[in-house]
Amino acid sequence: MSAFWRTFRKNRLAVAGGAIVVLLVLVAVFAPLLAPWDPHRPDVKRMLEDPSGRHLLGTDQLGRDVLSRMIHGARVSLAVGFVSVGIAALIGIVLGAVAGYKGGSTDGAIMRLVDLMLVFPSFFLLLAVLAFLRPSIWTIMTVIGLTSWMRVARLVRAEFLTLKEREFVLWSHAIGASGFRIVWRHILPNAMAPVLVAMTLGIPAAILTESGLSFLGLGVQPPYATWGNILNEGKDAIEIAWWLSFYPGLAILVTVLAYNLFGEGIRDALDPRLRQAMGRGR
Amino acid sequence: MSRLADRRFATVVLALALLALAGCAGEPDGPGEAAASTPAKPAYGDVFVEPILGNISGLIPQLTNDMISSQVSSLIYSGLVDLDDHSRFVPALAESWDFGADCRSLTFRLRKNVRWHDGKPFTAADVLFTHAALVHPKTPTARRDDFAAVESIEAPDPYTVHVRYAKPYARALMSWATAMLPAHLLRTWVEQGKLREAPQHWTHPVGTGPYKFEEIRSGEKVALKANPDYFAGRPYLSRVVYRVIPSQATIFLELKAHGLDSAGLMRGLTALQYTRQTEYPAFRKAYAKYRYPASQYTYLGLNMKDPRFADRRVRRAFAHAINKQELIDGVLLGLGREATGPYKPGTWVHSPNVARFPYDLAKARTLLAEAGWTEKNAEGLLVKDGKPFTFELLTNQGNEERKKVAEIVQASLRELGVGVEIRVLEWASFIKEYVKKRRFEALVLGWAIGEDPDQYAIWHSSKTGPDDLNHVSFQNAEVDELLERGRTACRREDRVQYYHRIQEILAAEQAYVFLFFRDALPVVARRIRGVEVGPNGLTYEFARWYVPRGEQRYTAD
Amino acid sequence: MLLYALRRLLLALPLLIGITFVSFLVIHLAPGDPVELQTGDPSIESSAQAQKMLRELYGLDQPLHRQYWNWLTRIVRLDFGRSFAPDGRPVIQKISERLPVTLLLNVIELLVIIALAIPIGVLSATRQHSLFDKVTTVFVFVGFATPDFWLALLLMMLFGVQLGWLPISGLRSLNWEYLSFWKQHLDFVAHLLLPVIVATFGGLAGLSRYMRQSMLEVVRQDYIQSARAKGLAERVVIRKHALRNALLPIVTILALSLPGLIGGSVIVESIFAIPGMGQLMVQAVFARDYPVIMGNLVIVATLTLLANLVADLAYGFVDPRIRLAGRRSR
Repeated sequence: MSAFWRTFRKNRLAVAGGAIVVLLVLVAVFAPLLAPWDPHRPDVKRMLEDPSGRHLLGTDQLGRDVLSRMIHGARVSLAVGFVSVGIAALIGIVLGAVAGYKGGSTDGAIMRLVDLMLVFPSFFLLLAVLAFLRPSIWTIMTVIGLTSWMRVARLVRAEFLTLKEREFVLWSHAIGASGFRIVWRHILPNAMAPVLVAMTLGIPAAILTESGLSFLGLGVQPPYATWGNILNEGKDAIEIAWWLSFYPGLAILVTVLAYNLFGEGIRDALDPRLRQAMGRGR
Repeated sequence: MSRLADRRFATVVLALALLALAGCAGEPDGPGEAAASTPAKPAYGDVFVEPILGNISGLIPQLTNDMISSQVSSLIYSGLVDLDDHSRFVPALAESWDFGADCRSLTFRLRKNVRWHDGKPFTAADVLFTHAALVHPKTPTARRDDFAAVESIEAPDPYTVHVRYAKPYARALMSWATAMLPAHLLRTWVEQGKLREAPQHWTHPVGTGPYKFEEIRSGEKVALKANPDYFAGRPYLSRVVYRVIPSQATIFLELKAHGLDSAGLMRGLTALQYTRQTEYPAFRKAYAKYRYPASQYTYLGLNMKDPRFADRRVRRAFAHAINKQELIDGVLLGLGREATGPYKPGTWVHSPNVARFPYDLAKARTLLAEAGWTEKNAEGLLVKDGKPFTFELLTNQGNEERKKVAEIVQASLRELGVGVEIRVLEWASFIKEYVKKRRFEALVLGWAIGEDPDQYAIWHSSKTGPDDLNHVSFQNAEVDELLERGRTACRREDRVQYYHRIQEILAAEQAYVFLFFRDALPVVARRIRGVEVGPNGLTYEFARWYVPRGEQRYTAD
Repeated sequence: MLLYALRRLLLALPLLIGITFVSFLVIHLAPGDPVELQTGDPSIESSAQAQKMLRELYGLDQPLHRQYWNWLTRIVRLDFGRSFAPDGRPVIQKISERLPVTLLLNVIELLVIIALAIPIGVLSATRQHSLFDKVTTVFVFVGFATPDFWLALLLMMLFGVQLGWLPISGLRSLNWEYLSFWKQHLDFVAHLLLPVIVATFGGLAGLSRYMRQSMLEVVRQDYIQSARAKGLAERVVIRKHALRNALLPIVTILALSLPGLIGGSVIVESIFAIPGMGQLMVQAVFARDYPVIMGNLVIVATLTLLANLVADLAYGFVDPRIRLAGRRSR
């Protein structure tokens, strides 16, 4: 563990990435204390004001302070981004691992489920269950998580298919290690690379999907702000109020970049062989 | 031809009157105006490029029900009568008509020598056929009722049509503004119940209108060319090309790059574009901006099955608490006018003399107190019988205007101590699951209003069932009676009294909290002349628009 | 392998029927009704009779299982039915006039993305932590996080309005019919340029990140180490041994994006006024145009099943140790 920390700490970019993620989460948590203005209260006399000392990031189409809306929006957007991606990764890893490791008809069944989910008109399913669901951050995270795990599942399964035939796994079998132990200790860690990418790319996708869900009355409802819906509302005014769609986009970018650095730092720190290999490679 | 001259004159007089009355019909146009009004000789030629937001859904107008399709087909077809830009009936395929005093008989004398676009003569047989087609049980049209009301229709000679109604029918004359369909091409399709599959519906429409169909590329464009034999005179502009551009932002960029001649004649610019993005000389030099009230209003509907909203004082309190000017400024950037009822200001049926509900929070609080809402809880919400005054406000997805209205209403009512949760829903499920089933407390919606003032379907107490349109369940015996009278009287002088009274009651009751009429904000390239704007828009005289020879841009003829 | 493929293909048919059945049910049972959407206009008093007539015309008056059976018996004869939209046109016609553009755009995009993303991924992996790696990382993520409409409008303003070099929207200029053969093609290409740039920029991140990450993973495997130990040139190691093994996730991702080739991006299409599949489908969904939705679903489902089968077969070529056909897990 201490070796892990030592390597991680040396990777200054990764530390910076982690710090930014933590900072963003803190902003979200303390949003009510940090936001300079009421993020929900319209003031039509001040609509679409340029960024200024009064409104650092300008105002939106109803005269609300964009900075305050961004700060409050971080709550939903970050939660949705991280949690729904977590749900998707969990389901995808478990199903992908089982399919890839077991193979045969288990694999067939799980992969056909994946096929079904990929084709399934989830729009209509959501409409159908909408009658019973109230839009809340929990339903949003669950819905996004439950409809976006298929990619991870197929990626993990492919890794398992090749890894389980490798010498070190076959050897573990030979010495009588339990299946679970082999999967947990030997195969899974080596199958995580594509999952990491899928998760990184999944975060902005989830943040934007959230605002897309408002199509169904399932996203966060007005006047509450999320990065996704601030960005969408800015669409009509892009020529006169670029800041409306620029800052949410920037916030999403910063989140992804920071998370990416952080994730890769952890990945590298967990795996000293990689650093060694690359070092020697040059 | 004399009809054109007459109407021009009348238009000017009326437009002036309306300018004084309603504030503005046509927007005064600044620097470029002089250029546009310099006398220039009308000339044939040039192309008019018009954006449409979506694909058309067919070219037999009675089978479609969207604005875009009817905009395109209005140039291909003509009706027996037409409505001018001030909603007055004017001759079209019928050169004159008699409406019997009993409102039950109607006689049209048809124009002679009118030809379909394929050269066949237009006669009374086509009128009879159009009627037969629309009442045929297998024709999928929403306009059947108008023609099912006809008791008998006959043609004593090829240029006369007698129509008789079983009961007095106010919409009779209006209904004959519908497009006449060619009997010789469509008869078998109608008889087989397959009118939708007729080639005239998509690739080969044939009408009697000013423009002939030339080409369609689905999702891309529809092109029309001038009909040299048009009965009211050959249109000046040689071609009209409708380009499908679904994004308002793209339309605006195309406009700046001079790829279009208008921003859409029906709707035009967004309020933001109109006020903030077009006020520079190059734009004003290239385009003339217009402004007139669009035929649709936005309202706050309160479900009167909810006992809280059944109390008129509550509805009136809300009307006082919502600052309509703030709404118009915030949502429309000032480009709209307050709605006091369901009719458009400046039209013959609109009554300005109704109860007004100016922004007055104190008054609103008093009214709520009278209704028993006196206590407040810790959150500052009004409480009665232990329950806080909160409700859910629904509106449909895809309409930023309504969403903003909901947000401002929410903030306004919070001032009163009323808590509002907004919910934005996808249109189809919104209608099916919430509006039809009456599973809502309040909603922000709008109505597009038709040419005829009959609103029986919206306000009559018999129309509160699940498939009906009186979704707030408004019930008022006097309104019921007035609605019935209004739809069976055929003279406007009589009808106007009934509808004025209806407006008084609707306003006093706040059947809806009426909010505003948005302005349509079209722009037209300056090289196009002869454009006039009336309270009903500017497309009525389209066939008379022209580009002076020296300014023509496209030579394709 | 062949046997495995055959078995999968045979299984695909009942699976396809199953998928369409479940989807059919969900689509029809979900809130919304095409008839109501077409008859809710207050300016016309649309009678109950008009609604009833449309229901009969669409066959919506029949019980659901009957409707599905009717649909199924038609679809096996490749009859997709007629759209519920007022144009009433055959579904196959509606789809086939939209598909070529969408397919063309998507294939170009995919090829450009592959051509750019794979080298970016490989290079930034073999030079991890280099300046190139850092710059491309930021670059592809910027592309991924930039909203399509933002970039699209920006490029349209610059190249369309300010400079006037490229057309702003549509597929063809208005005078297209009058252009010479070569000019027509040039015109078409000019119209496609901006949409392709926008979609490509957004899509680079996906493939390049997978490529980079799995390259990093492969390079540290023992056999690569031993190849290096044998003194093989780095270039050979990368190209001969590492790259091939790193393609596994790329195969998966490409297979997953294959059905997407016939689906258009609604935002790109509507901003550039391209009459593609995206717009057709969104309109169909909002209007509850069931035949169009189901028609598209059949095509997407078929493509998905095929693409994932192809991917499974391709795994064997990327890594011969993978034996899908071999049952019995250890």
